[in-house]
Amino acid sequence: MAMTTTPEAVHSRAEATYRPAANRLGLWLFLASETFLFSAFISSRFVVSGTDQPEHLNQGLALLLTLLLLWSSISAFRAEAAMAHDNRRLFHREMLTTIVLGALFLVGVGVEFNEALTDFPANTIYGSSFFMLIGLHAFHVLTGILALGVVWNLGRLGHYGSDNHWPVEGVVKYWHFVDLMWVAIYPTLYLFGGS
Amino acid sequence: MRQLLRAVIFGILGYLIGATLTWLVRGGSLGDEVCVVFGYVVGLVGWLFGIGMGDTWVREWFGLPARESDVTGWKRYLGFSTDHKVIGVQYLATFIVVLLLGGVAAMIIRFELAQAGEGILNADRYNQVMSMHGILMVAVAVAAILGSFGNYLVPIMIGADDMAFPRLNAVTFWLIPPVAIGLLAAPTLGSFDAGWTAYPPLSVVNNGGQILFVLAVTTFGLSSILGGLNVITTIVTMRAPGMTWGRLPIFVWAAFAASMISLLTTQFFAASLVLIAMDRVAGTVFFDGGAGGDPLLYQHLFWFYSHPAVYVMVLPGFGLVLETITHMSRKPLFAYKAVVVSLLTIAGLSVIVWAHHMFTSGMAEYLHGPFMFATEMISVPTGVIFLSAMATLWRGKLWMKTPLFFAMIWIFQFLMGGVTGIFLADVVTDVSLHDSYFVVAHFHYTIMGGMIFAFLTGIFFWFPKITGRMINDRLGIIFALWLTIGFQLTFLPQFWLGTNGMNRRIADYPDQLEGANLFSSISAFFLGGSFLLLIYILLSAARRGPKAGDNPWNASTLEWQVSSPPPEHNFSGQPTVVGHPYGYGTADSRHAEFAGMTAVGLAEPEQAGTGEGGDNE
Repeated sequence: MAMTTTPEAVHSRAEATYRPAANRLGLWLFLASETFLFSAFISSRFVVSGTDQPEHLNQGLALLLTLLLLWSSISAFRAEAAMAHDNRRLFHREMLTTIVLGALFLVGVGVEFNEALTDFPANTIYGSSFFMLIGLHAFHVLTGILALGVVWNLGRLGHYGSDNHWPVEGVVKYWHFVDLMWVAIYPTLYLFGGS
Repeated sequence: MRQLLRAVIFGILGYLIGATLTWLVRGGSLGDEVCVVFGYVVGLVGWLFGIGMGDTWVREWFGLPARESDVTGWKRYLGFSTDHKVIGVQYLATFIVVLLLGGVAAMIIRFELAQAGEGILNADRYNQVMSMHGILMVAVAVAAILGSFGNYLVPIMIGADDMAFPRLNAVTFWLIPPVAIGLLAAPTLGSFDAGWTAYPPLSVVNNGGQILFVLAVTTFGLSSILGGLNVITTIVTMRAPGMTWGRLPIFVWAAFAASMISLLTTQFFAASLVLIAMDRVAGTVFFDGGAGGDPLLYQHLFWFYSHPAVYVMVLPGFGLVLETITHMSRKPLFAYKAVVVSLLTIAGLSVIVWAHHMFTSGMAEYLHGPFMFATEMISVPTGVIFLSAMATLWRGKLWMKTPLFFAMIWIFQFLMGGVTGIFLADVVTDVSLHDSYFVVAHFHYTIMGGMIFAFLTGIFFWFPKITGRMINDRLGIIFALWLTIGFQLTFLPQFWLGTNGMNRRIADYPDQLEGANLFSSISAFFLGGSFLLLIYILLSAARRGPKAGDNPWNASTLEWQVSSPPPEHNFSGQPTVVGHPYGYGTADSRHAEFAGMTAVGLAEPEQAGTGEGGDNE
C-alpha cells in the first residue's frame, strides 16, 4: 500500500492483476450465452419436427464433416500448445491446418446445402430446421476462421510469446466451442429418429 | 464529433452497399426485405467501424497500434469513450429521450382511447402506435437502469477504476443508436403492428416495418448480452482488496443477478426473432401451421426471455431503492444476506415460469399447474425484498428528501403490481383476465411503478454525484407527488376496465366503458405533463444547482468517498475495503480505507439524519 499512488500507476498495477482472469471469464460467459442460442434452435427442431428425418440424408458427407471438424480441434489445440512453448514453426503449421480444415468444412456445407435444396427445401419443416441449424453453425465456423486468420497473422508477425498469447488461447477455445456445438447439432439432424 | 459523423456516413454507405449488392444479385426491388436485411447488417458494421471499432480493434487485428480518442470535455459524450462514467451518462441521456418518445406514443394512445369508436387513428394506425410505445418502453425498462447506473456505479462501488472490457462497453452503448434508428424508421416500410411481443403468424405476414423491428430488437439483444457479460466479469474479477462477496453494496448484487439473466436468456429472444426473419425472407416455415410449423414455438422461445426480462428490469430497481432506503434512513440494510439470496433466487426461478403468459394459448394442459406454482414461488423472494425495505425504514431516522420519497412510493407501486399479479399467475382467474386492461394496469404498476420509479429514485439520489450539483428538493417532491397521483388516477381505473371486459390492443371498446376511459385519458395527460417538470428540474439543476460537495447524503459506499463527479480513474489511490457497506449506527464501523488518503467510511453518522447534513440548500 505504500507504493506509488498516482492513479495511472494504480491503474496499470490493477490491470496486470485482473486482466488474465477477466479475459478468461469473459470468454466463458460469452460461450455460455452462445450455448443458450444454440439450445434455442436445437430445441426448436424437436418442437416443430420431433425426430422426423427426410428420406435422403447424405450421412457419409455429414460423417466426413464431423471428422474434419474434430481433426481441426486437435490441430487448434496443438497450435495453442506450440505457442505456449514458443515453437513458432509448429504454431504456424497447425494454425494453417486448422484454417484449411475449417474452410473445407464450409465447402462441405455448401455441397450439403446444394443437395438439401432439392431433397428437403427450406419450406418443409425438416428443411427449416436443417438450414437454420447448419446455417447458424456455418456462420460461427466462418467467424472462427476469420478470427483464426487474424491470430495466425499476428502470431506470424511476432506479436505473441509463451507468456503472452491470450488471443491464441481465446480463439482456440472459441474454435473448440464451435466444434462442440457441431457435436450437438450432428445427432440432432442426422442421428436421432429416422426410419 | 468527428467519430460520430464518420459513423453516420459509414452506416449510410454500408446500408446502401449491402442493399444494392443484394438487389444486384437477386433482382426484385431495392425495397425488398432481403435487401433491407443485408443493408442493415452491413450498415451496422459500417456504423460500428466508423464510431471507433475501426480505430481500435480493427487496427489491432492487423497488427497496427490502436488510435485512442483524445477528446476531452463534453465532446467525449458524443464519441467512442471507454470511460464507464461517460458511458453511463450516455445511457442515461439516451434512455431519458427514448422514455419521452415512448411517452408521446402513450399520450397518442390515450387520446384515441378517450372516446369509443374511431378517433384520430384508425385501427391499423392504433396498433402501430401501440407497438411502438410497447417496444420503446420495453427497451427503456431493460436497459435504462443497468446501462446507466450499472455502468456508472458498479465499478466505483466495488473499488475498480473501470469496467473489465472498456472498449466492449463503448460498443455496447453505440449499438443502441442503430436500434433507435431502425425502430423509428419502420414507418417508411409500413410500420409494425404486432405489438412488442411480435407474435406470429401476424408478425410473419404483416407490413415490411416488422423486419426492421426484428433487426433492431436483435441488435438491442446483442447489446444487452454484451453489457451483462461486462458487468459480471467486472464484479467477479475487479473487486478492490477486501471487497468480499459479503461486503458488496446491494445494488452491485442486483446488477449481478440481472446481468446473469440478460447474458443467458436474451439469446432466446434473438433466436425467436431470427426465426421470424427467416420465415419472412428465407421461406422457412417454423410458424406456418399449414406446413407443419407451430406458432406456439415462438411464444415459448419468446417468453423464455421475456419473462426473465421483467427481472432484468426490476432487479436493478430493487438495488437502487434498497441502497437509497438504507442510506437515507441511516440504518444498516435489514437482512442483507436474505436479500442477496432472494435476488439470486429470483434470477434462478425467472427461467422456469415463462408459460404463465400462455395459459390461454392452447398449450398442453398439464403445463398449467407447474407454471402456476413456479410463478407464485417468485412472490416469496420478492416478499423478502419488500420485508427488507420496510424493516430498514422501520424506526430509521428518515431523511425525507426526494430520493427517499420516490423509494417509499416505489414500495407502494410495486406492492400494487405484485398483488394484482397473483390473479394473473393463477390459471383460474387468468383465463378471464388475460388480454384485458387488467393486465395493462398490472404491468404498468410493476414496470413503470417498479422500474421507472426506481430509475427516478436513482436519478435523484446519484444526480449530485454525477453532475456535482444538487437538485431543487422542493420541486423534486412536487414532481414525485404529481407523478404518483397522475399514475394512480390513470391506472387504477384500468383494473376496473379490465374486469369489465375491455380488451388490450384494440382501438375501440364498448360504449359503456367510455366514462372510465375518458377519466383515465385525462389523468394520463396530467401524468405525462409531470415529465416536463422533470426535464426542467434536471436541466436547471445541471446548469445552476448549488454545488453538491463530495458526499451530500453522508453515505458510506465508495462512490461517495471521491469527488463529484469522480476523477478519471475514480480513485487517487487503491481503496481497501475493511467492513460492511452499511454500518450506520454502529460504533467504529468503516467501509473502506484509501492508501495515501484520509480514512473514510462513515464520517460522522450523527450529523446526517437531521436533514442538515451535507452542504445542500
